[in-house]
Amino acid sequence: MFHICLLMFSPQNYPLYIRSVPCQNELKFHYTVHTSLDVVEEKVSAVGKSLADQRELYLGLLYPTEDYKVYGYVTNSKVKFVIVVDSSNTSLRDNEIRSMFRKLHNSFTDVMCNPFYNPGDPIQSKAFNGIVSGMMVQTVCVF
Amino acid sequence: MESLTLSDVEQKYYSELFVYCDTDNTKKVASNGRVLDLFRAAQLPSEVVLQITELCGATRLGHFGRSQFYIALKLIAIAQSGLPLRVESLNSVKDLPLPRFVVGKNEAEARHAALYQDADSQGLYPAPGTALIPRPPGRGLQNKKGPPSSTSLPAHEVIQPLAPSIEAQPEPTSPVISPHQSPPTSPHSWRKHKRQHSGGNADRQQVVAATGAVWTQFREPQTGPVTGDGMWSSHSPPPPLPPSQESWVSFTADTPPSSTLPAMHPSSVQESTTIRTVASAATTNEIQRQSSGYDDPWKITDEQRQYYINQFKTIQPDLTGLIPGSAAKEFFTKSKLPILELSHIWELSDFDKDGALTLDEFCAAFHLVVARKNGYDLPEKLPESLMPKLIDLDDSAEVPEPAAEVGFSASPVEVTPNKSPSMPSLNQAWPEMNQSNEDTAIVHPVPIRMTPSKIHMQEMELKRTGSDHNHPTSPLLAKPPELSEETKLPPSMKFVAANTVGDGYSSSDSFTSDPEPITRQRSQSGASPEALKVVAPPPPPPRPQQSHSRSSSLDMNRTFAATAAPGQPQPSAIAFPPAVPPRPLPTQSSVPLTGHRVEAEGVPAGGAVLTTTSPQQIPQQPNFADFSQFQAFAASEQPSSLPDIDKHSEAGQADKISEGAGPLRTVKSDGPADERTSATVNSAKGSSGPLAPPPKPVRRRLKSEDELRPEDEQIGPQKAAAIAAPLTSQPSISRSVGKDKKAIQASIRRNKETNTVLARLNSELQQQLKDLLEERISLEVQLEQLRPFSHL
Repeated sequence: MFHICLLMFSPQNYPLYIRSVPCQNELKFHYTVHTSLDVVEEKVSAVGKSLADQRELYLGLLYPTEDYKVYGYVTNSKVKFVIVVDSSNTSLRDNEIRSMFRKLHNSFTDVMCNPFYNPGDPIQSKAFNGIVSGMMVQTVCVF
Repeated sequence: MESLTLSDVEQKYYSELFVYCDTDNTKKVASNGRVLDLFRAAQLPSEVVLQITELCGATRLGHFGRSQFYIALKLIAIAQSGLPLRVESLNSVKDLPLPRFVVGKNEAEARHAALYQDADSQGLYPAPGTALIPRPPGRGLQNKKGPPSSTSLPAHEVIQPLAPSIEAQPEPTSPVISPHQSPPTSPHSWRKHKRQHSGGNADRQQVVAATGAVWTQFREPQTGPVTGDGMWSSHSPPPPLPPSQESWVSFTADTPPSSTLPAMHPSSVQESTTIRTVASAATTNEIQRQSSGYDDPWKITDEQRQYYINQFKTIQPDLTGLIPGSAAKEFFTKSKLPILELSHIWELSDFDKDGALTLDEFCAAFHLVVARKNGYDLPEKLPESLMPKLIDLDDSAEVPEPAAEVGFSASPVEVTPNKSPSMPSLNQAWPEMNQSNEDTAIVHPVPIRMTPSKIHMQEMELKRTGSDHNHPTSPLLAKPPELSEETKLPPSMKFVAANTVGDGYSSSDSFTSDPEPITRQRSQSGASPEALKVVAPPPPPPRPQQSHSRSSSLDMNRTFAATAAPGQPQPSAIAFPPAVPPRPLPTQSSVPLTGHRVEAEGVPAGGAVLTTTSPQQIPQQPNFADFSQFQAFAASEQPSSLPDIDKHSEAGQADKISEGAGPLRTVKSDGPADERTSATVNSAKGSSGPLAPPPKPVRRRLKSEDELRPEDEQIGPQKAAAIAAPLTSQPSISRSVGKDKKAIQASIRRNKETNTVLARLNSELQQQLKDLLEERISLEVQLEQLRPFSHL
């Protein structure tokens, strides 16, 4: 069973959105993700110029028991997207991850365009949820 | 009953209330709904109310007489002030404020007065049912007297604007002020009063007529009072209220989620005038009617739309302009809907995701807010009737879609958000586009990369089929769909099909290396120039269907295709360049060749001459002109190369290889005796399997050649001439050999010349072969690349 989890963090590193497919076991991803945030920060600060670092393959979190691949993505406004997938999901190609991030970014932009959304609020947009669900399900189902 | 002294104000107030409650006009108010409502509106615990009832004696009497009622009211006032309920306190409490009935904070007396005066005009009721009609006035004007829209009833307007503001500001004057003011105006100016009292016309009138007392905070669905009904209660009306009450969608009011809409209709209909504006009133009525009557509550009526437009103007005078997000946010926030819902409404209505609202988007958003205020759940997707593409009055004309609001598969909505302003028309354009894609795919002149041969073939086919196309490559136009389908081609077309199939692959491969809908993507433009190009260069080696980097393989392709069409491998042509057969002696080859040549030349690319005899075959092959001579040679080689050819042809790379092989063979055989070629050709023919194809291709070639003649002629003559010359000389040489030394020497010279020519040809063919091989490799790579996708 492939797991995939998506998290979004604000520039202040508090979560804006958390979603996990197929099972809602985000909690077990939290630790993973928080550590990955450190890596993201490190990269962001290091790279300075290319803020839109599309992904980082964080293979360092391959535990012996559970192995995950953590991909990160940072927008220009320091909003961080993190995708966690099973390492068993080897067929998930890099460009697919990139496309997922791109889609997420677009959806996130749509959410931001909503004047009723205050940046920093948890994202509750149904449209956004729908897009994320569709994307994640598709990803999980394909592989 | 205890004596009750009431101040004047109290007296007036109470009498008004009494009248209000005295629906039967019997001076005795039974414990009817109004009274209960009133008491409930007092916001007192039920026990207190009960106690009051007992104290005032209503319980005893079973009804509220005037005195009991007054006592009750006073007790309410006492209770509200926090004093214990004592009968004694009735008269002892001084300066007791008037009982407050929270239902509706009444507007200031002035408003009441105004309302009251206008009460007669009854039309002030904001159509209760018009849930659909937002109360913009209220919204926009919080504390202002009626928005521009509500002109009809100043009082109402007053009320209305107050209504919105009421929530924002609890009526300052409320309980206290109202009683002091002159009663006349509608006692029932309820701000934010939900119109719950739909049917209260009669009541209203009664009330209106009854007193000018202002019911200060007589919350209530007392729509009756006067005009007003415009009162928006800030609180949800008590349950017993007539369900039909509909509240204006005033952003200040909380509409009871319901179903009041339908109920309101009848009443609303009765209420001719609406408070806000004539327009809004009318719209509300109509809206009510419509909303109740139609399946699609999302349809925007004309009145509604007009109202929305007016509101739009208040924010953005330019109707074609955009309302920025912040302004829209403020505007819709006044509706007091939860931010989450507003956010959802925004998502639905901001079609182009640009953070701003166009007029259509604004109307849609407004409509959704109105609906939501009236209890309709927000749809998941934007209903079609609210799509921005709809403009103005088209909405009302639209057929409502049942369950459109929820089930609307607004794919465009979902799909569009691209932040491109061009959204509006896309919704509907898409389905058409999708459909049209199919058609266009077929209709469009699918550029098919074709070697000149193919083009010609197609043209021939088309001509045969009688298709009429204006496009220069018109054959391709009609053909692409067919060709792509391949199977549909008529038998005569098979040749072309085969070619195209191969060409498709090859073309795509060689030209664009685009593995996709090959037939579609072949560019005719590419094809024709290719064809032309092909004409120029030396006959390309037989290409497999796919690759046509150089259409030089025209002839061979066609040839092979022709052979393939019948389903046979193209052994003759397809064979991979087998070992170069020993060149036939010029004499040997020349003789037959010359004859062939002549024929070949005579029949550009065609060789109609060469139908049956091998010599004929030879020249015919190069229908494509160039190969005619080579064909002759190739024919000689065919037998030897047949086995190889068979293999290769069956490998499916026939064209490519065969073409490569063919010309090579032809070249090779060129040197070797033509006679041999002819002989071999014959023998090739003789061999059943492998040889079978040659005749066929030959025949095909003949056909195609006939049609391709014009082109072939271009090609043919060039090569043919080049080759013919030396070849023609060969016969002479052969003859001369046997004659005298000079002749021999001359023949030798000629042979040498021929050799050089042939060598040149050979090199060219070799080069073509290499190219073909490369193409083949690239195709294979593509195939491999495509394979994984096939699994997905």
